[in-house]
Amino acid sequence: MADFLMPSLGADMEVGTVLQWLVKPGDAVKRGDIVAVVDTEKATIEVEIFQTGVIQKIVVPEGEKVPVGTLLAVLVTNGEVVAAAPEVKPKPAERALVALAPAAPTQPAPPRAAAKPAPKPAAPHRARISPLAMRVAMELKVDLATVKGTGPEGAVTKADVERAAKAPPPPTPAPGLAAPIERPAPAAPPKPAVAAIDHRAAMRKVIAAAMARSKREIPHYYLGTHVDMSKAMGWLQAENLKRPVTERLLYSVMLLRAVAIAAHEIPEMNGFWIDGTFKPSEAVHVGVAISIRQGGLIAPAIHDVDKKSLSEIMVSLRDLVKRVRAGMLRSSEIADATITVTSLGDEGVETVFGAIYPPQVALVGFGKIVERPWASGGMVGARPVVMASLSGDHRASDGHRGALFLAAIERLLQEPEKL
Amino acid sequence: MTDDEIKTIFLRELHKIAPEIELSEIDPAGDLREQVDLDSMDILNLAIAIHEATGVDIPEADYPQMTSLNGCVAYLHSRTS
Repeated sequence: MADFLMPSLGADMEVGTVLQWLVKPGDAVKRGDIVAVVDTEKATIEVEIFQTGVIQKIVVPEGEKVPVGTLLAVLVTNGEVVAAAPEVKPKPAERALVALAPAAPTQPAPPRAAAKPAPKPAAPHRARISPLAMRVAMELKVDLATVKGTGPEGAVTKADVERAAKAPPPPTPAPGLAAPIERPAPAAPPKPAVAAIDHRAAMRKVIAAAMARSKREIPHYYLGTHVDMSKAMGWLQAENLKRPVTERLLYSVMLLRAVAIAAHEIPEMNGFWIDGTFKPSEAVHVGVAISIRQGGLIAPAIHDVDKKSLSEIMVSLRDLVKRVRAGMLRSSEIADATITVTSLGDEGVETVFGAIYPPQVALVGFGKIVERPWASGGMVGARPVVMASLSGDHRASDGHRGALFLAAIERLLQEPEKL
Repeated sequence: MTDDEIKTIFLRELHKIAPEIELSEIDPAGDLREQVDLDSMDILNLAIAIHEATGVDIPEADYPQMTSLNGCVAYLHSRTS
């Protein structure tokens, strides 16, 4: 038996609203499946599950706002032995649900048979609804059960919801004629309406809380160095000339990749400060600070940047920016960045010393690439130069290691063809 | 393509990327990035959208010719005619 709890999707998230369940009792799920859509104060997130098993019971209904850590659903994990959960005595009302799960038989089963993995029910056919469509549906008070999807695989899109909002309500079947297999009769009490959430104001509050915690708890130290970008930019220009516009790279992917490799070399920069100790992370998930049009900021992670090619990072980055702007992020992207990169070059500033996003321990900043006089080998020439900065958590590392980390980034950017 | 057609396509794609802007308020001779909050990802996405709409693959080296709306239209005109 395993509990599926309201996850903490970032520092200082306190409550979340279950917008939609994508599974029902009896459904088989595996690690990484998206099982629910949750609205935090900051964004609408597709929440993934971290256990493999069968959903036994949904505890928190759609539309309910609950604190982080609240039990949302119970699942029976694969290979679970019945004897491990003998106390489960389903109440009669629950039996219909529980009967679908193998770990709660009404009669004792032979242990060996019960230890078999849960049978996989056929994948349920369920409507796919984009979080954006869901939010519009909430705002327009459209019952999603009545909306016909026209998107890929019958997905309900924003346009479908808007169309449904304009259409007259479906006719109520005459009493006595309603087919028993149909949806719940219209007489059933309506689902609790979820109040539309003002994301902009809520996001400001969440950023305020996270950054106040950062500056209250994290003893930051700051380092900065100028990096000669002539080799990197020269390589990039030549590379982009060879590529069609759809496959071109932005220089930020080189910065992300250099940070990820350097984080691998200096592990004190990559991980979390939790309960008074530094917990390094083997994986390098780089959070990318992405500004949201009309205000706000979110730093979702690109996973395993140290293992991806520049082209793969570019694909991930484009996808991430697109989904940030459409409001469709996944829980793992929000919660598990191990280090963050902020790049304000597009805004024109040359230097940024950022606030670390707790519980991470380092934030790397890049400013604008500017042409500057650069002395090298007794000669002065004009070169594109970027200021790379590190905000480090002094509890987890010292300036010496931080300096080595920045030096590694600089060194890696001098050999762009090896990135 | 006429300048008007190019301008219509360009503004349509720009508006998809920056839905909050008032297209009528854009100064056609002024710096586009100063008037519209565009980052390098937005500009790449705009280049991709223009490629899809007009078939013109804009090399990065030509970006400096496209700083204003007028510049963009003139450049695309020269590439499509």
